[in-house]
Amino acid sequence: MTLTRQDIIDFLYTEAELLDEWKLNEWAALFTEDGTYIIPPIGDPDASPLTSIFYVDDDRKRLQDRAERLLKKEAHVEYPHSTTVQNYHNIRVSNLESESITVKCNFTTHRTKREVVDTFVGKQVFELVHVNNQLSIKNKKVILALDSLRPHGKISLIL
Amino acid sequence: MEIIRDNIEKSEFLVHRSVFADKEILARERAEIFNKCWLFIGHETEVPEKGDYRRKKVGGRNLLLVHGQDDVIRALYNTCPHRGALVCRENEGNARAFRCFYHAWSFKNDGELVGMPGKDGFPKDFNADGTKNMKAVNRFESYRGFMFVNFDEDAISLDEYLGNAKEYIDLVADQSESGLETLGGIQEYSVRANWKLIAENSVDLYHGMPTHKTYFDIKQSQDADLKRVKLEGKGVQLDNGHGVMEYVAPWGRPIAQWTPIWDDNLKKDMEEIKEGLVERFGEERADRIANYNRNILIFPNLVINDIMAITARTFYPTSPGYMEVQGYSFAPKGEPDAHRKARNTNFLEFLGPGGFATPDDNEALELCQEAYNNNTEVQWNDISKGMSREGGALATDELQMRSFWRQYNAVLQESYNKEVALK
Ligand code: FES
Ligand SMILES: [Fe+2]
Repeated sequence: MTLTRQDIIDFLYTEAELLDEWKLNEWAALFTEDGTYIIPPIGDPDASPLTSIFYVDDDRKRLQDRAERLLKKEAHVEYPHSTTVQNYHNIRVSNLESESITVKCNFTTHRTKREVVDTFVGKQVFELVHVNNQLSIKNKKVILALDSLRPHGKISLIL
Repeated sequence: MEIIRDNIEKSEFLVHRSVFADKEILARERAEIFNKCWLFIGHETEVPEKGDYRRKKVGGRNLLLVHGQDDVIRALYNTCPHRGALVCRENEGNARAFRCFYHAWSFKNDGELVGMPGKDGFPKDFNADGTKNMKAVNRFESYRGFMFVNFDEDAISLDEYLGNAKEYIDLVADQSESGLETLGGIQEYSVRANWKLIAENSVDLYHGMPTHKTYFDIKQSQDADLKRVKLEGKGVQLDNGHGVMEYVAPWGRPIAQWTPIWDDNLKKDMEEIKEGLVERFGEERADRIANYNRNILIFPNLVINDIMAITARTFYPTSPGYMEVQGYSFAPKGEPDAHRKARNTNFLEFLGPGGFATPDDNEALELCQEAYNNNTEVQWNDISKGMSREGGALATDELQMRSFWRQYNAVLQESYNKEVALK
């Protein structure tokens, strides 16, 4: 069955909703067995993780560790969990018919904790795979459109 | 003004919490500390070629770190001698000359003024005294590739300033015969807390287990026999307010302490590195370099942590409750890809704004900062751990922090005393 653009959008919105609801094991389950989640350095989205230090360069194992860590009370920075609103917009979908679908979008994520709101903005590039009628994430790349992580100070949540 | 209470008899060391919240204290820190101490500006490998430049914010100044055509690395004030505009607006690059866009004065990459429109409006000897060149920071010195500036013309040399902290910087730099290099992507972040809290936190092993339990949980899942190496060592007070803790830890060290998450090729690779170190330095020093961790605090605001990877951070206050942090990553030059991958994976597991530990540190500092709303009634921090211990401080003690605070107190008290003398 061929997917429609709406199927892709629904999938992305579901992903964002899982994050906002801190259903992080369910979020991790969206990834393929070799899935990756990366946040390259600001201003250098095509950097090599060997010559540059990324913010996040998770393989499948580590993104699972990340999800499970954030569900623990001892992940102090996110205890109690912050309140987040993750928005995707300007969604562009290509090669819908193929097994590997590229989706680009803009994003805005607001995080509030202790009455301080931080806003992360940028682009995300998803590589989705469509196997056995199921969509999964092979790669999620978050490209921050910021000058620095100020005043946020950290990326403690999953973007 | 009473800043610390250093009571050896009672084994009690207190720091007055006003130093984290008071604006006047910040102004005094700017005048007496950031205007007079040696401040880290960067590593020589950030500008390896002639013409390479990088903008830097150091001690509140806008600087331009630039490798001149004359092969000299300088820190220029990134300010036009004409009427002030910021001259270089790119964060980094390579250029033989810089041009101020406002009236188009242009400068060689050593700062010399070489062109200006409307020359006929100026006398022939206009720049004879060089005052129309981009000004360089006069005191610029480096140690093992780590470059520093000092805004005080009369400051002691960097070498003297670092004093016996050099021994520990050497242990980091000696990891690689070809030298260390900085990786791309210097992390520019912040903490909503006073700058001195990150100085303390960076040489604090006491908080390791409680604050970073989730990290150790993950390490445990990777290595069932994790506990064979404990988290233990010594804390040392160094010259001029510097301090260090040197200790063993159960995580892998990408220089040459292998851990089961890495494959057998890396194991062989690391054994060879260790052998090389033994040849160069002998068994004992090789062991220190390869298997011991060190968190070095160079007063006032440089931290070099040689732990599960090598990071350096420097940090500046913009207000009592907010600091800007720069986080660097270092690695041996020419490190093979698989080895480098293991190093960076290790780094990101703990360090940086997206790591599994650093964000929890930020949270701890921000929660401390919140406490200082109660300063009127709750006035003192306790930094006594290990004072009563005979036979040297442990890494999990707080001696290395007391070293910082003793120097901090000495510098500020001297400035208060001068004022009293003037009155
Ligand atoms: S301010 Fe730079 S040329 Fe005038
Ligand atoms: Fe920490």
